[in-house]
Amino acid sequence: MTTSTPAAPPLTAPTSDGRVRLAAEGLRLAYDDRVVVDGLDLTLTDGSFTAIVGPNGCGKSTLLRALGRLMRPAAGQVLLDGRAIQKTPTRDVARVLGLLPQTPIAPAGLTVADLVTRGRHPHQSWLRQWSAEDEAVVAEALTWTDMTDLADRPVDELSGGQRQRAWISMALAQGTDLILLDEPTTYLDLSHQIDVLELVARLHAERGRTVVVVLHDLNLAARYAHRLVAMRDGVLVASGTPHEVLTEQLLADVFDLEARVVPDPVAGTPMVVPVRRLHR
Amino acid sequence: MTATADTIRETVPPEPGGRPAGRAVALRIGPASARFRWRSVVVPVVALVVVVLLGAVALGRGDYPIGVTDVLRTLAGAGEQSQRFIVLELRAPRVVVGVLVGLALGVAGALFQTFARNPLASPDILGITSGASVGAVVAIVVSGTSSAGAVLGGLGVPLAALAGALGAGLLLFLLAFRSGVDGYRLVLVGVAVSSIALAVVDWLLTRAAIYDAAAAYVWIVGSLNARTWDQAVPLALALAVLVPLALAAGRVLGVLQFGDDTARGLGVRLSAAQAAVVLVAVVLVAAAVSAAGPITFVALVVPQIAVRLAGGSRPPLLASGLIGAALVVVADLLTRTVLPQALPVGILTATVGAPYLLWLLVRGRRTTA
Repeated sequence: MTTSTPAAPPLTAPTSDGRVRLAAEGLRLAYDDRVVVDGLDLTLTDGSFTAIVGPNGCGKSTLLRALGRLMRPAAGQVLLDGRAIQKTPTRDVARVLGLLPQTPIAPAGLTVADLVTRGRHPHQSWLRQWSAEDEAVVAEALTWTDMTDLADRPVDELSGGQRQRAWISMALAQGTDLILLDEPTTYLDLSHQIDVLELVARLHAERGRTVVVVLHDLNLAARYAHRLVAMRDGVLVASGTPHEVLTEQLLADVFDLEARVVPDPVAGTPMVVPVRRLHR
Repeated sequence: MTATADTIRETVPPEPGGRPAGRAVALRIGPASARFRWRSVVVPVVALVVVVLLGAVALGRGDYPIGVTDVLRTLAGAGEQSQRFIVLELRAPRVVVGVLVGLALGVAGALFQTFARNPLASPDILGITSGASVGAVVAIVVSGTSSAGAVLGGLGVPLAALAGALGAGLLLFLLAFRSGVDGYRLVLVGVAVSSIALAVVDWLLTRAAIYDAAAAYVWIVGSLNARTWDQAVPLALALAVLVPLALAAGRVLGVLQFGDDTARGLGVRLSAAQAAVVLVAVVLVAAAVSAAGPITFVALVVPQIAVRLAGGSRPPLLASGLIGAALVVVADLLTRTVLPQALPVGILTATVGAPYLLWLLVRGRRTTA
């Protein structure tokens, strides 16, 4: 197996022509009677890298699920490339939009290669279960995520960081140009958080993927994402560049946190230094 | 069989997974392509050979023993008239029903366990076989005394059992279905459905005349005694439809294992896929049970044996079916030949299966503690 790059998916430079890929319009999301997100509007343009931030229970993961068609809105709609996502067949969505849940389950005994292979599911049929293209894309995804050496290892025996790489490799093999990730750094130590986010940033920069990621760590969100969306109590409070969003006022409003915001000495992005929790 | 919420929750492995089984190979012919491992091909082929040999042995055993070569000659169309009658009319239906029942239970068990990500999810635990028992016992015991019984009695015991199994399956599905079926919920609801069905059976038996109760009891245990082509042919026809459907579902099963969100993210129409898998599994069990009674534990044990032999992340469907067939034929052979009394085959599978279930539960506790 060589590391040569196969034909698909094309290695494209990020194109930010401003075309809206994913949009939420007047979105209301509810579990039974409990409304989690209400009246939310959001547009995500082609080639953007967006992080959704907010306190626990603000509805950011719920929003991500709705954006990925995992949840039917109580009101409003999600548009994927201008088309109502609920009216688009699941399979068609899965060829354009990939999604990584917060703690995905890999069955015992499943190898990394098997896992990444399943990423090709939306492109396969009963007859065409493993085309040459599938094989090339999977091999390339493994190489690109540096998982080739671990390809025959069971996923459940990997460390947390390796496991997350395997899932990202699967998302890459799915070949979608939109990728949604729900807290991909959960349960990882700091160096592995960086490792995973570097990989996600490369998905965006090298593979031209439009990325939406739910993140807890504001400093990492500010460093990697080009746009932050801050939520509180199911409402979109602020949206813009990390510099625009991460202000001391917003931290007080959204996180009940008194904090200083200083430039990150490494990246120059805003860095939050907490002072104390505000009680209201 | 009593299993509480805690024992189920703590039963690990929560997934019916095994070990990886070597590198996958690609097969491409024209537009068709597939990915497989040699072990996953070798295991069903060996199992098939074993089933054929066991079948030949089983055809020869009985009050009038016939050697394996004579059996094979007879099957090929030669042989004496008397041997032809014994082999083809008296013994073949029994063996064929045994093979088909084992096949159906093995495949259904693999479907349930993969779908629910729980090795406890078998038709015995989920109440589908108990539902069949209700149908059969109603038909046997109360056919003369009530209108419902008269209807079921008119159908005959096999059809009544089929109706009971389908009824239990429907109840299970309705109660467990909430915009998709959660495997854990499925097992809990199944335990409840099973308890209700068994209570109804007990109630019916206490009211039954002693002769009817004895007949019902033999049926409840599951037996291959006195099977004829009348049972074998409909079962074969049902499996000719159901087994290909189950195998076709295999591709989706591999993705369903990831849980609802990931499966949807990979383009699976979740509710439709889950409904299809459960429906095929329920009908497989119903067909098997209506032909031979609820031969317990086969569907529970066999998929786990198959996944350990073939490797991989889920019980292989075809290997489970063939190993199920081998197990039922062996169990029937043992009850007819080795054991001093001719027991119904279901008693033997239960005595082998119950310790296995205990082992599963004990091991689960240890690994989670």
